[in-house]
Amino acid sequence: MSEAPAEEEAKTESVNEENGQLVRMDGITKRFGGLTALNEVDLAINDSEVVGLVGDNGAGKSTLINVLAGALEQTSGNIFYKGKKVEINAPEDAKDLGIETVYQDLALADNLDVAGNLFLGREISNYSFGPLRFLAKNKMNEKAEEVLDVLNINFDTMKAKVRNLSGGQRQAIAVARSIYTDPDLVILDEPTAALAVEESERVLELINDLRDEGIAVIFISHTLQEVFNVADRIVILNQGNKVGDMKPEETNIDEVVKLMIGGRYENDEPN
Amino acid sequence: MSRISGWREAIADYGIYIGFIGLIIALSLITDRFLTVRNLLNVAEQASLISIVGIGMTAVILMGEIDLSVGSVVALSGVVTAGSLTGGFGMPLSILIGLGVGAALGLVNGFITVYGEIPSFIVTLGMLSVAKGLTLLYTGGEPIWGFGEAFEFIGGGKVLGIPLPVIIAAVLYILTLIVLNWTQIGRYIYAIGGNQRAVRLAGVKVERLKTAVFGLSGFFAAASGIILASRLASAQPTAGSGWELDAIAAVVLGGTSLYGGEGGLAGTLIGALIFSVINNGMILTGIPTFFQYVVKGGIIILALLLDKKLRQS
Repeated sequence: MSEAPAEEEAKTESVNEENGQLVRMDGITKRFGGLTALNEVDLAINDSEVVGLVGDNGAGKSTLINVLAGALEQTSGNIFYKGKKVEINAPEDAKDLGIETVYQDLALADNLDVAGNLFLGREISNYSFGPLRFLAKNKMNEKAEEVLDVLNINFDTMKAKVRNLSGGQRQAIAVARSIYTDPDLVILDEPTAALAVEESERVLELINDLRDEGIAVIFISHTLQEVFNVADRIVILNQGNKVGDMKPEETNIDEVVKLMIGGRYENDEPN
Repeated sequence: MSRISGWREAIADYGIYIGFIGLIIALSLITDRFLTVRNLLNVAEQASLISIVGIGMTAVILMGEIDLSVGSVVALSGVVTAGSLTGGFGMPLSILIGLGVGAALGLVNGFITVYGEIPSFIVTLGMLSVAKGLTLLYTGGEPIWGFGEAFEFIGGGKVLGIPLPVIIAAVLYILTLIVLNWTQIGRYIYAIGGNQRAVRLAGVKVERLKTAVFGLSGFFAAASGIILASRLASAQPTAGSGWELDAIAAVVLGGTSLYGGEGGLAGTLIGALIFSVINNGMILTGIPTFFQYVVKGGIIILALLLDKKLRQS
């Protein structure tokens, strides 16, 4: 803790002020009671940029993206979106801005079918009566099929409850749900953790596709090889502090690992 | 594996309907007094009040919650409506007051459960006692009666030969069935039972909806209490006692999971009817009435045991 100020200096260099900056998180601190989960962390994401967020368990990765996604409120610090200061106090605030999140547990309602999950919270309705909005079930099934077709994921039936689907299919539904609204930024929390190798490859392809579509991506992964393959930039957290922010070509796996696990690693210059 | 589990799941899903039909066939064969229009209407009328309570209970249980206060709300709404009526408020206003009291208690249940983050089991158990106490305070322990014919028609009247409580129950079932199966609110009620966090993350105001559904449960209990007071031509402070268990039994026997997210209103209706048919059958075949408690409890436990075994594979 005693060397925290030194790290802070290092961090500020990475804050990107050039045009095309989508999100800037400034000095984000999050405390849970006496525990400091995030300590003055800065994070900037540019348009169509893929940022890999890495760190050991408990480093604060999930906390950081939960703050950005509106699932947690920061204790202090500011968030700027397209240059404007914004308050993200709830998931819908993030969604309204154009930030979609795929949580590690996918946040699917297992008892609903594919379309039910894909359209959860934004059901299509043809008519309503007072507070009752009637569901256009066929239309949602058709749209769901279209969206999933684009992702090259085939489902035997749209009527299956998602609890009966494979890990890859479930991941696909969660990702499809996140990109359905044309977001600027998609946050993926360990999207490959529960997947077989082949399915992981597909998710990585998907991340590349998102970038090609002009969508920025933040993704958390424990598999550094994946991060080096896909990310434009790697951000490393260690015990709630940002200890590295660099391009993959400027570093290597060994250095990243050292930053991830180092108690207080000396050479944590991001460049 | 999938074929066998599909087969088992089908039995688990539709077993209640098979059992219901089997029960009707059996009773029709055992006694020729069962399958008459008059007796069936009697069965339906017996089932109607618990089924109305079961509507709100189904919605609450689908969200993975429970409402133990309904029995007391039945009594309180009944006596408040009766008191308003005999106090000269007129029928429409008196009924509105009764329904309002039920809905308000339900909303309090929901509010404390949701925003106080206390298990609904405890909150509504407390409300059971609070409402019971309020009923006794309001009445001094004495029944209220002397309503006049217009009010007594609600519970005792017939339209086209069908008892009005049956018609009211049928209408409420159809309306709620539509809401649960074809509207966004219904979808959210199921989704909350499946994964509440997912629904909240999808931007739905989960807290508000849950509170409202508890309010609805109180509303349906009040409706049932008002019809009961009308049918008995008097509002009893002990009315509805134990109805929470009957309603929960109907919901659970009807295939709705106590963990939420699975099941539905059609099952609850059949569940309520099964208990009514069993009561009726025992009366018709001369089995002592006290025995029905044993049978009722036994059926619930057996049905759940069977359901669990069938769904494990």
